[in-house]
Amino acid sequence: MDGGVLHICLLLGLPLLGFLISGIFGKKIPGIGAGVLSSLMVLGSFCVALVFFIHGYHHEAVKINLGHWFHVDDLVVNFSFTIDHLSNIMLLIITGVGFLIHLYSIGYMKGDDSFHRFFAYLNLFIFFIIFLVTGSNFILMFIGWEGVGLCSYLLIGFWHKNAAYNKAAKKAFVMNRIGDVGLVLAIFYICRLFNTVEFDAVNIMAQAGAVSIDQITIITLLLFLAATGKSAQLPLLTWLPDAMAGPTPVSALIHAATMVTAGIYMVIRNFGMFLMAPVTMDTILWIGVATCLLGAIIGVKQNDIKKVLAYSTVSQLGLLFVALGAHAPVSSFFHLTTHAFFKALLFLGAGSVIHAMSGEQDIRKMGGLRKHIPVTYTVFLIGTLAISGIPPFSGFFSKDEILEHVFAHNPLAYGLVQFASLLTVFYMFRLFYLTFHTTYRGTEEAKHHLHESPKIITIPLIILALFSTLAGGIGLPHYLGVNHWLHHFLGEHIFMPEAKEMAEGTVFMLVGIAVGGAVLVWLLAWFLYTKKNVLPEQNESEMNFFSKLVYRKFYLDEIYDFFFKAPINFFSKAFYFIDTRIIDKIVNFTGITALSSGDAIRKIQSGNIGLYLFIMTISVIGLILLQFLLKG
Amino acid sequence: MVVFSRNPIHSVLYLVVCFFSIAGHYLLLNAQFLAVVHVIIYAGAIMVLFLFVIMLLNLNKESEPHKPIIIKFASVISGCLLVFVLVAAMLNMDPPAGTHPSLHNVGMVKDLGKYLFTDFLLPFEISSVLFLSAMVGVVLISKKES
Amino acid sequence: MIALQAIDIVSNPVNKYVYLSIILFSIGVMGVLIRRNAIIILMCIELMLNAANLLLVAFSAYNGQAEGQMIVFFVIVVAAAEVAVGLALLISIYRNISSTDINLLNRLKG
Repeated sequence: MDGGVLHICLLLGLPLLGFLISGIFGKKIPGIGAGVLSSLMVLGSFCVALVFFIHGYHHEAVKINLGHWFHVDDLVVNFSFTIDHLSNIMLLIITGVGFLIHLYSIGYMKGDDSFHRFFAYLNLFIFFIIFLVTGSNFILMFIGWEGVGLCSYLLIGFWHKNAAYNKAAKKAFVMNRIGDVGLVLAIFYICRLFNTVEFDAVNIMAQAGAVSIDQITIITLLLFLAATGKSAQLPLLTWLPDAMAGPTPVSALIHAATMVTAGIYMVIRNFGMFLMAPVTMDTILWIGVATCLLGAIIGVKQNDIKKVLAYSTVSQLGLLFVALGAHAPVSSFFHLTTHAFFKALLFLGAGSVIHAMSGEQDIRKMGGLRKHIPVTYTVFLIGTLAISGIPPFSGFFSKDEILEHVFAHNPLAYGLVQFASLLTVFYMFRLFYLTFHTTYRGTEEAKHHLHESPKIITIPLIILALFSTLAGGIGLPHYLGVNHWLHHFLGEHIFMPEAKEMAEGTVFMLVGIAVGGAVLVWLLAWFLYTKKNVLPEQNESEMNFFSKLVYRKFYLDEIYDFFFKAPINFFSKAFYFIDTRIIDKIVNFTGITALSSGDAIRKIQSGNIGLYLFIMTISVIGLILLQFLLKG
Repeated sequence: MVVFSRNPIHSVLYLVVCFFSIAGHYLLLNAQFLAVVHVIIYAGAIMVLFLFVIMLLNLNKESEPHKPIIIKFASVISGCLLVFVLVAAMLNMDPPAGTHPSLHNVGMVKDLGKYLFTDFLLPFEISSVLFLSAMVGVVLISKKES
Repeated sequence: MIALQAIDIVSNPVNKYVYLSIILFSIGVMGVLIRRNAIIILMCIELMLNAANLLLVAFSAYNGQAEGQMIVFFVIVVAAAEVAVGLALLISIYRNISSTDINLLNRLKG
């Protein structure tokens, strides 16, 4: 690996090139050419990521410097990229899952007018997220951070002719922005305190005690604010459910697998700093718990496939932050990986269902689809089992590890999170049964069009299902007698807290509670929705108070409207009034004064020479008089 | 008389008389060269030019519509005012010392000539250029548009 | 009013010359303001110039410096050139409006 400049250029450059070609020439490429091209670009990046991974397995971390960017006094910022084990795995996930989603999108978006634009944006997104995870300093990461925010706006509002979708895209962007304020402030503070922005330098200096705990607390809290915005925690979570307005592959890529995990990545990267600020760690823990619980509760009562999955994402992200707050970065990353697989699988599967139902997304109008779309049914089942934490699927291993660490850290948090996990099982199986089992409740017309999706959609689904099943292997726990591979792989490159040893008995008890609880809830859901045929209410009037509260997402959006949007609107109107009526009038008044006074003075020019001479004389007399008076 | 006579020719003649008297004053001040030059140029050339133009334009004691009386009144007033102000300003000055002119030799041709061709050589040359341009200008301006 | 005055050579005779010059000058100013014929106005301007010349010569004589007279020399030069050009302008104006009345020259009225 001779410096790796070529590799990093390929890694970054291929998706960028795909963006440019698809964006500019996409219309001219016939048929699905733009899609194939973009997918090939991502495949290329995946290959480079593989090369990095294989090389990095036995070697040190690589830091590749593409050149000097700027400097201010002695603060130097370079275009340098870090390829260590953490970024290796993230790159593999991003490019691998990204590639599969590109393939899926070729089938899903076929026939759309802006086919090429979609792939251009997807490639641009891949470019920015790679930038984010490989940048070796805060500024490069920030570029990627902003870039993915932009791409998510572009992609959510992809069908831009619909005003509601535009609103959702704007909401996502603005909420991200609010979080970004935290990131920018943190970067400024870091520049001032540490005089460098490189990750490794900052973390080493912080651990060496260069700055006080209070300052580190401030920095980490600001960084966590940014993560809140990007990864949809409380209070900045309402954008994610609304972001389901975008096409389903977008939801899969951005909101399940990659962008929302950027916040987690940033925290893990700087975990050394975070560990030094207990206040921040507690904040992370409890906000994670709250988000996890809130997402799970709201998800129980939703009726749109994608909204259920969205709230599930919110909940799982909360779980990831809980893991970080419980001093378990490796477990958090493990769950991030498995979550990427099964959530993408679930979203893509939902897309397949929607495609089969000719655009219908309400599960009250589905049912009994098992016979019609068997492949989708199977993979969706695998995804649901994975997210519920049923062994031997991957979700079980990762979730269990998190629960262990949380218990060791704070039993109350453990209780709440376990409850949220059980709710997760419940609403996922509710979704599953209502969609695929029971009797068909949709329209006749849709029934005629029911068909299994084409191969190009189902093959990525199958691959993802395989990974969802097997990915648990990278983090097999100790009690099975094998080495925790991920723990060792990552352990060298991220700062690890001291491991808490727990008695084997406790571990087994926790596992038992989790699995047992999951199976019981599964049976409950099966019973309710298949045997007793409980159906969700058709409209709001049939719901009782609690259902309505949950269905309306605890009126979070309305609360935000009242506290934030209404005052801003009010001030905006007030200032508009001041601007047009008062300030404009003043400006116009000045103009009119100039005009009218000019008009009046114009009359002096009579053209009469005699008058001019007369005035000249009088002026001379006056001047001499003045001089005379002043001197005397 | 210059100012108030009706006939322009009369005005010109009175002005010539004026010039002669001023030349007399120059002589009294022992500025002989200047007196002669004054008479030659002003009375000889400039006034003749005026006479030519007046005759060319055929002006006589004509229908010169008078300005309104108020203007005349105001002009006289302002003229007197000017005198008043200037005299007052002058009275405020310290009386300048000086010797009688006939005790100097300043106005002699020889001395003046010496000054003209040494200290004031540049203005001398430039004034020749000035005359040239004035001539050209006059010829151009008074050409009939044909 | 023929501007003639008897000069008395007494102490501070320069003052007398100053008075004379002032009076000549203001007569010229009055003439400029009162008359409407452009030629007469030009002549009055000449009168004003001469008043200034007189003053210059007086001071030069009484202080024994030759600069004053040199300046007068050049002033006469300039006055001659100015009269020539002014009369040329006047002739061309006369060709346009067939009169020398300055009140008719009000095209610059705003």
